[in-house]
Amino acid sequence: MAILTVQDLTLGYESYVVAKDLSFTVNSGDYLCIVGENGSGKTTLMKTLLRLKSPMSGTIRTGDGLEKDQIGYLPQQTAVQKDFPASVREVVLSGCQGRCGRRPFYNRSEKQLAEKSMERMGVAALARRCFRELSGGQQQRVLLARALCAARKVLLLDEPVSGLDPKATSEMYDLIEGLNRDGITIIMISHDIAAAVRYATHILHMGERVFFGTKEEYLKAEAGSRFLQQKGGERDA
Amino acid sequence: MLEKLGMYLQYPFVRYALIVGVLIALCSSLLGVTLVLKRYSFIGDGLSHVAFGAMAVAAVLNLTNEMLLVLPITIICAILLLRTGQHAKIKGDAAIAMISVVTLAFGYLIMNIFSTSSNLSGDVCSTLFGSTSILTLTKREVWICIALSVAVVAIFILFYNKIFAVTFDEDFAKASGTDANAYNLLVAIIIAVIIVLAMNLVGSLLISALVIFPALSAMRLFRSFRSVTICAAVLSVFCAFLGIIISILAGTPVGSTIVAVDAIVFGLCYIGGKLFGGIHA
Repeated sequence: MAILTVQDLTLGYESYVVAKDLSFTVNSGDYLCIVGENGSGKTTLMKTLLRLKSPMSGTIRTGDGLEKDQIGYLPQQTAVQKDFPASVREVVLSGCQGRCGRRPFYNRSEKQLAEKSMERMGVAALARRCFRELSGGQQQRVLLARALCAARKVLLLDEPVSGLDPKATSEMYDLIEGLNRDGITIIMISHDIAAAVRYATHILHMGERVFFGTKEEYLKAEAGSRFLQQKGGERDA
Repeated sequence: MLEKLGMYLQYPFVRYALIVGVLIALCSSLLGVTLVLKRYSFIGDGLSHVAFGAMAVAAVLNLTNEMLLVLPITIICAILLLRTGQHAKIKGDAAIAMISVVTLAFGYLIMNIFSTSSNLSGDVCSTLFGSTSILTLTKREVWICIALSVAVVAIFILFYNKIFAVTFDEDFAKASGTDANAYNLLVAIIIAVIIVLAMNLVGSLLISALVIFPALSAMRLFRSFRSVTICAAVLSVFCAFLGIIISILAGTPVGSTIVAVDAIVFGLCYIGGKLFGGIHA
């Protein structure tokens, strides 16, 4: 059964429509990549999936026992975080906030979960370091560890590799692939169409033409090949 | 000098001033880190002008307990300013600037038109720069201040983790089920209470200093949210204590002396941070 079913979704700000007629489903264990040009509404879609924004029309249904606060989220970094004095442990632990509910302090199992997430993302050794002094790749891994604390089944990633160097980028993709293999459903926004095609099981292409289907279908479809060609052309130029 | 100090400490009004001063400094430093990081450094300034305007209205209406009017008005303005959060149409700083000048102007206007006092400019000056009112506190005012301070500190400790989560990443906190708006509201109310309390100590123009200096100083030295918060609280209490003592001994105005001490400590922390950071790098 699908954990996420989106039907005839229209997204936008006030009266300005960003994207319309989006329909797709996500099953448990899927790796969905959302691709498309700038301004095609990728981040808006993600915020809508997280219920941070309400859609202009259409429905989002969760199923298979997925609750609202069980979605882990890796947002794009905000300006505030660039000079925020916070240790890595504090940041990761804040991912347990949803589990805490109204309880004011973290309990032992939440602290252990934070430790485990840090180990899994390879940032345990940095636990006492200051978040803002880490490299871009390390910061993304810390935020991924935080997202893991909140996620039980689904991770939503908003351009997890933007601004990373090639080595950190491939490390990041490997980590995400590992999580997916462990059974966590991944929904990722990406500019990197080559990586999307390489790792994802399903692709949602946003823009003037909307495409949703498996990776294989996408590669055959026109929207995808056009986009690939365009990308290739840009690179040659 | 110590003798002189001992003599002053015999007077209850000096002890009251020290207690109230230290408590206000403690409370105002706690939320400093959050406000600085949310780019709301001027909120103290803006809200204190609101409190000034409300105070003027209260004075004209001849209210016996002006707190009853000043506190609710300040809280409402704080909520309006902070509620909009990261996605406001008029961005935080512009909204604060707007409210702050408007209330300041109206406050002065009202005082000027309706004032019954013979020493108008004296009244205005003492409301703006802190008066000797900290040295004329009654026992009841001291108790109110102690009660409010205890409440502020308790609430801050209880919601410390939530405040951290919401400050660090509002969207993430919302997505993982934390009611970020409720905590923004809470921060707004606490900050309004602190501002109204602090007006007694340093006056409306200098409150921002109490809110932001300790946080900025602590951020030079420490790297985690908890150590920055604790350090800010300690520095703030220390500066307020020292400032009040100096002002008593040297006969300087209380508010500006405290702010001067805060500024000097910031300078020291800045240099210390540079040296410390230099060793690490």
